[in-house]
Amino acid sequence: MSETLSALKGARFAGIAVVTEAGLRGMITVRGDLADTDVKNAVTGVAGVDMPGQREINTVGERGIAWMSPDELLVMVPHGEAEQAVETMNAALTGAHALVVNVSDARAVFDVTGPHAREVLGKLMPVDFSAVGFGPGMIRRSRMAQVPAAVWMTGEDAFRVVCFRSVAQYVFDLLKAAAAEGSEVGLYA
Amino acid sequence: MLILECPYCGVKGEETEFHGGGEAHLKRFGPGSSEEDFEGYLFHRENPKGVHLERWRHVNGCGKWFHVARDTATLEVFGSYSAQVTEPPQEIKDAISAKRPGWSWREFA
Ligand SMILES: [Zn+2]
Repeated sequence: MSETLSALKGARFAGIAVVTEAGLRGMITVRGDLADTDVKNAVTGVAGVDMPGQREINTVGERGIAWMSPDELLVMVPHGEAEQAVETMNAALTGAHALVVNVSDARAVFDVTGPHAREVLGKLMPVDFSAVGFGPGMIRRSRMAQVPAAVWMTGEDAFRVVCFRSVAQYVFDLLKAAAAEGSEVGLYA
Repeated sequence: MLILECPYCGVKGEETEFHGGGEAHLKRFGPGSSEEDFEGYLFHRENPKGVHLERWRHVNGCGKWFHVARDTATLEVFGSYSAQVTEPPQEIKDAISAKRPGWSWREFA
């Protein structure tokens, strides 16, 4: 079997924040009626976390569920388990009006960490990244400069960014520029 | 700058997170309609200075279409509402009336 590589093979940049390509992640799009018990059981069974509410994300380790829209979830598992997770959920959703697709290899994932992480993201996205406006357990889909991106917190001053794999280099370059040494603004200080 | 609230995901975002989709509440006239109705459906649009009802899509977000009532001159937003309606709900009409008494737009007032 061929070896699967992430878009930027773990590229890393350290400036006023540390930007790291987070490598391969198992990501599965699930669309359906999020109030439906079968849908809830299918996703929580695979991810091992509670069903998230509107604009929420629940994670434990590499597993999690993110609320993407009123009829869409992103289920996260270790990359090597994604295909099996799709099969498990499809089996649980037999007969239901729902869609389960492995999108792992269509995505790139970055970690942005450090005391200026909020500011680095704030330069690139039309989102309030102050501690009041954005906190752990929230997910925000928006744009990063010219491409769609989603972001959530993985810890204190630690953010995870997901974008399409096809724009991985563009997003990494954006993050590098926004995190350039000496580019502190102090907006969220 | 225009600040819009998506009624589907609840995000209050600035304009560039969304994409405008033109005039709201158009009635489609397709095959079998009169020339006049078809022409009106394709080409005739309101161009008000003031209250306007529009379609928007949360394109860099949840992806859903929705409706917005706003003022084209001041960019004041009166409210956003579901895409699954053929006319603005009463609370949106009330919100417009509170700010622009006597307003009208197409057949709505
Ligand atoms: Zn939305």
